[in-house]
Amino acid sequence: MSITYLEAICEAQSHALRDDPRVFIYGQDVGAFGGAFKATKNLAKEYPGRVIDAPISEDAMVGLAVGAAIEGMRPIIEMQFADFSTVGFNQIVNQAATLFWRTTVPCPITVRLPFGGTSGSGPFHSQSLEAVYAHYPGLVVMTPATVEDAYSMLLEAVAIDDPVIFCEHKFLYYHLKADKLPSEALPVGKARIAREGRDMTIVAYSAMVHEALEAAAELAPEGWEVEVVDLRTVKPLDTDTVMASVARTGRLLCVGEAWPWGGVTAEVIARVTSEGFGLLDVPPQRLNAKDTPVPYHPNLWTAHRPTPQAVAAAARRLLRL
Amino acid sequence: MLARAGADKLSAMLQTVLDPDPVSDGVTARDTHLAAYRYMLLARLLDEKFASLYRAGKIHGGVFIARGQEALSVAVGISLKRGDVFAPLIRDTAGRLAFGEPVIDAVRTYLGSILGPMRGRDGNVHRGRPKEGYLPMISHLGAMISVVNGALFARRMKGISGTVGATCIGDGGTATGAFHEALNQAAIEKLPLVLVIANNHYAYSTPNDREFACRDLADRAPGYGVEAQSVDGTDLSACLKVLGEAVARARSGRGPQMVVATLLRLCGHGEHDKAEYIDPKLKASPVGRDCLKIAEEFQLGQKWTDAAALERLRGEVVREIEAAVAQAQREPVPDPFTEDWCAISSRHLSETHGEKDSA
Repeated sequence: MSITYLEAICEAQSHALRDDPRVFIYGQDVGAFGGAFKATKNLAKEYPGRVIDAPISEDAMVGLAVGAAIEGMRPIIEMQFADFSTVGFNQIVNQAATLFWRTTVPCPITVRLPFGGTSGSGPFHSQSLEAVYAHYPGLVVMTPATVEDAYSMLLEAVAIDDPVIFCEHKFLYYHLKADKLPSEALPVGKARIAREGRDMTIVAYSAMVHEALEAAAELAPEGWEVEVVDLRTVKPLDTDTVMASVARTGRLLCVGEAWPWGGVTAEVIARVTSEGFGLLDVPPQRLNAKDTPVPYHPNLWTAHRPTPQAVAAAARRLLRL
Repeated sequence: MLARAGADKLSAMLQTVLDPDPVSDGVTARDTHLAAYRYMLLARLLDEKFASLYRAGKIHGGVFIARGQEALSVAVGISLKRGDVFAPLIRDTAGRLAFGEPVIDAVRTYLGSILGPMRGRDGNVHRGRPKEGYLPMISHLGAMISVVNGALFARRMKGISGTVGATCIGDGGTATGAFHEALNQAAIEKLPLVLVIANNHYAYSTPNDREFACRDLADRAPGYGVEAQSVDGTDLSACLKVLGEAVARARSGRGPQMVVATLLRLCGHGEHDKAEYIDPKLKASPVGRDCLKIAEEFQLGQKWTDAAALERLRGEVVREIEAAVAQAQREPVPDPFTEDWCAISSRHLSETHGEKDSA
């Protein structure tokens, strides 16, 4: 048996619906149609009345989830694309993210964001918004990079009493497969060493973990042993695991698919330089998408985002410093 | 640890509840009118107290009063039952009190008392008790409507029937995308929502003709598949009747109800605002009447009360307010050193990096 990242997300939702009567799914086309990406395939049939089509109203979708959460439910909101969550941004960052702090009443909602670039998707179906949401207090931001994490972290997201922004990478939906679903997982908030090495650390998350692993494999025949840290959640950020890795390697490259300005890679570098400056042998570097909207044509798109080749090139430059 | 222990002790102290429902079944129109008037007077005098505390520099931030909107607001609060959902907005002092908000909750929130429902973390009109169906507004207009929808939606999923949800908004708030999305959503789901629009003719300083181009805001309702009623927002009797009917229709399963009230804000947007933009012709017209005065004159005309009784009531209300203010002024305010600075309930997932930085 093999299961894809997308099927793991569908299975996790099925599991959550089965185990917890408080769970329901609300989003555009999630009902009988099974979702734009089929992440809710068959769920409306299996759980009648609990997988519900929403109008194209991202603001009202999230608002409804907050009201339902106050009444004790555990809603999962599917944004059709992460890009459209900006229409529901106000409800996420001002309503959901402030509720507990203002009132002591928790807001257990999960907002699923199919995010990241795929070839030909262009400026409005490719965005990576994890840093934008991580900027706001009151939110947990998950960025699973593996089939196993997609499954176990989505279950955790639903179980957590706080609003969770669940960033699921569209490129990984079909490309990533595992033999089976996991029975146990690392705790949420804990990063993972995806590949061990002693010469440098690459910190990445979501799809960029795979680009980093490919780059590490490319560098191995050249004699470099590259360690890859998968952040798993960008908020909270597991600074300890990153720092421990940098303590071993002395070199740090952060890779993110999002735009560079004030992003997750900037945050990681800020933490390592302010708390572990002495661990660094050379200045830390980062590699992000370019600071433009995400382009449509594959020629532009592959040059816009970090590819394994770009990561490997950046790593080589860092190793020679 | 200290912060944690403080928070636990605090949450135990916060286990107060809304006041019991004053109006039960079988009451007469007279009883309701008298009860409503008392809340209106309480709201008016409480607002005036907040305004004077503000001018004396005792209140941080703004004070937003509801002068001229008490009749409409109280009619919403009094038409709801305990167990219903209510998301009031900026000018709903009267409706909040009628829904059961203790005066001390309002005073503690304005004065930043740590014993208030918002514990100094939020202030003025941003207060509520979500677990009791009393939702605290955020400042972004239109945003509370879909939250009420969600509460009603959840109740339906849980098999709870017979409760309604009401929320209030102004003429300006109807221009938001959130208003449109949420009303459409409520109509699609046929939720028992009562959406009350106070057309007070100004969104801060912006007049109606810069906010909407339809003849009447009530004309919008059929476009959503929603029933609507218009009411003279200066007339308490009319407001009680129209809101009572709207709430009853929603409760009986007729779907969302819109009520559009015409009135005039008889004050600034906040106490910092002199409101010189308000057209004197509007002030002199029937929409500029003071609803509190009209309600009082009506009761006198009906011989439901007399001057002496009104004077006694005023004294009683003033004492209630003064007692609450005196109490809240003696209460502790938040202490940044015991504040736990944690924005999420899952403490093990909180970010501690910023704290380390500033330590």
